[in-house]
Amino acid sequence: MSDTAIEFSGVWKKFARGEQYDSLRDLIPSLAKWLFSTNHRGELQKKEFWALKDVSFRVGHGEALGIIGPNGSGKSTILKLLSRILRPDKGDLRVNGRLGALIELGAGFHPDLTGRENIYLNGTILGMKRSEIDRKFDAIVDFCELRDFLDTPVKRYSSGMFARLGFSVAAHVDPDVLLVDEVLSVGDYHFQQKCFDKMREFVQKGTSLIFVSHNMTAVSTLCTSALLLRKGEPVFQGDVSVAMQKYHSFYEEQTCSEYIELLEAEVRGSSGETREVFRPGEKLTFEVTLRALADIRDAHPGLMIHTMDGQCIFVTATSRLSAERLQLKKGECASVVFGLDMNLQSNVFLLGFTVTPELEVPGEWLYHNPRLKKIVMRDEHRSHGFVHLNPRADLFVEPRVERRAIATR
Amino acid sequence: MATTVVGAGSSHAAEEILQYRDLLFMLTWRDIKIRYKQSIMGFLWALLMPVLIVGSGLIVTVAFSTISGRPVNADDVLSVAVKAVPWAFFVAAIRFATNSLVMNKELVTKIYFPREILPVAAVLANCFDFAVAASVLALVLTVMKVGATAHLLWLPVLLGLLVLLTVGLALLLSCANLFFRDVKYLVEVLLTYGIFFTPVFYSANRLGKWSTALLLNPVSPILEAINDTVVGKRPPDAAWLTYSAAWAVLGSLLAWKIFQRAEAVFAEKI
Repeated sequence: MSDTAIEFSGVWKKFARGEQYDSLRDLIPSLAKWLFSTNHRGELQKKEFWALKDVSFRVGHGEALGIIGPNGSGKSTILKLLSRILRPDKGDLRVNGRLGALIELGAGFHPDLTGRENIYLNGTILGMKRSEIDRKFDAIVDFCELRDFLDTPVKRYSSGMFARLGFSVAAHVDPDVLLVDEVLSVGDYHFQQKCFDKMREFVQKGTSLIFVSHNMTAVSTLCTSALLLRKGEPVFQGDVSVAMQKYHSFYEEQTCSEYIELLEAEVRGSSGETREVFRPGEKLTFEVTLRALADIRDAHPGLMIHTMDGQCIFVTATSRLSAERLQLKKGECASVVFGLDMNLQSNVFLLGFTVTPELEVPGEWLYHNPRLKKIVMRDEHRSHGFVHLNPRADLFVEPRVERRAIATR
Repeated sequence: MATTVVGAGSSHAAEEILQYRDLLFMLTWRDIKIRYKQSIMGFLWALLMPVLIVGSGLIVTVAFSTISGRPVNADDVLSVAVKAVPWAFFVAAIRFATNSLVMNKELVTKIYFPREILPVAAVLANCFDFAVAASVLALVLTVMKVGATAHLLWLPVLLGLLVLLTVGLALLLSCANLFFRDVKYLVEVLLTYGIFFTPVFYSANRLGKWSTALLLNPVSPILEAINDTVVGKRPPDAAWLTYSAAWAVLGSLLAWKIFQRAEAVFAEKI
């Protein structure tokens, strides 16, 4: 048996844009085209585009590959090719062992059938034998915590219950290769954790994993390497944090404003050097030089920090830090310098810059770019979360004290 | 450990379909179960179509005898009933199977398994209705004291051929309907008027020299053979039965081939 669980070699896949013929009236012209055209797999026809261009990668047994990239970069196409729903136009792919997919949970459920019946139906659709489901039935029911609703038709289930049942069946297929596509968003927090733990358990047992997600925190905790795609082309493959850094630079962008033009924006370290990577606790200087394109009165510049997932971590403005306002005549220039203590955890963050008018109206800015610069935090402690609370820990082995502490709680 | 290699032109083998036999069973079971869930008539549905066909067959038979002056005999009525039940199966199975891939769009676009299972399960689910109706018919025949003969041993072969023919057609039509949605309307129309091109209400030889034309429809010789063995108590016409058997075997093989060829693009074209 080879060491490779999944191998993608030079895979190309194309799709057609726009409407396709789908009634008999269109059959004759399309048949004629099909008969007289010599190639129709290898090259692009009118209205077609490549959804994947020459993608190759290899996943060994027990490895976890994260696939990241913006929408439309071909992530789901890769999963559909792996699960054999689609076939490649060029190249080939190889899967060693049984394939399981946590994609489209509950797609095989029939609303009129009960939970019990759907476990059997969906289980066989996912490739299990009936005897196998008999064996795992209790485990499936226990995992989704729906024992009381087993004899209720699933059309009466809430969407959360539906998803839980779907995940539970799919998670008990015992695959050698597992495909996961952004399913952690199902159910409540408790169930999400349970799903996440289940996936980690798979990886620890030696299951190979392919994980497609926009949730960078999940990718970095679960995956051993990452593949970054952009418009169907592989951009980078390897270390997860490097892939995430590269991904994030897709998002650095320029914004136009009719009031303010940015001349320069620099992120510097404590000794004034331009840098991108910081360690927790280090000092950062954010220096922005701007020119007024119109007369500006009483404006206040501000900054904000977001995660790649768009969660806001920190927002501030000069109006909150000092009483000074920005007064500029058309054509005049100004510099704003912010100082920050970077008490953040390992992750990639986006640093944004705004200029708000005197009267703050939500959604109205003189200048607004939440994705001006990228900051990469590196921390060897490997704690998780967003903020760095400078953690310390001491252990005291004193059994009696410990017992008292619990008793008095 | 099984290795799956997928290239631009690969397709799965028959053995893979065997691996999925539990799925075939479950999908067949689902199709049956769904039909009888939340319905007033329940199993009576299985009898409705055959009863309607027998009813209209009776009217046609009476009309024929009025015109020709020949009195209606009991065998004519029995013939209509014996041929109506398999015909009703054929019609219902084809109608249901034609839509089977499109109706299960969720599965076709999201989960992998051999797609043949969907139309085949649709046909098998109708076999269940067929079995219910056939049991009732057998009871009626017993009550009416239609004796059993050794020729009845032909029945399993004849029914097998009918199912095979239906499966072949179901594969082809379900696949065609996936690409062109008007196929199902065409099928509806053909099935509705198909009864006039199939010897259900009357026997083929009533048409004289035109009977050959009628028997060219591959379903016809099978229905005639069923009638011959059950009501006529004589062996079926060997030549015409061979003709139908050739259609059933070669037709379903060809249909399967086409289905497999087209399967690669199902998820994209549906």
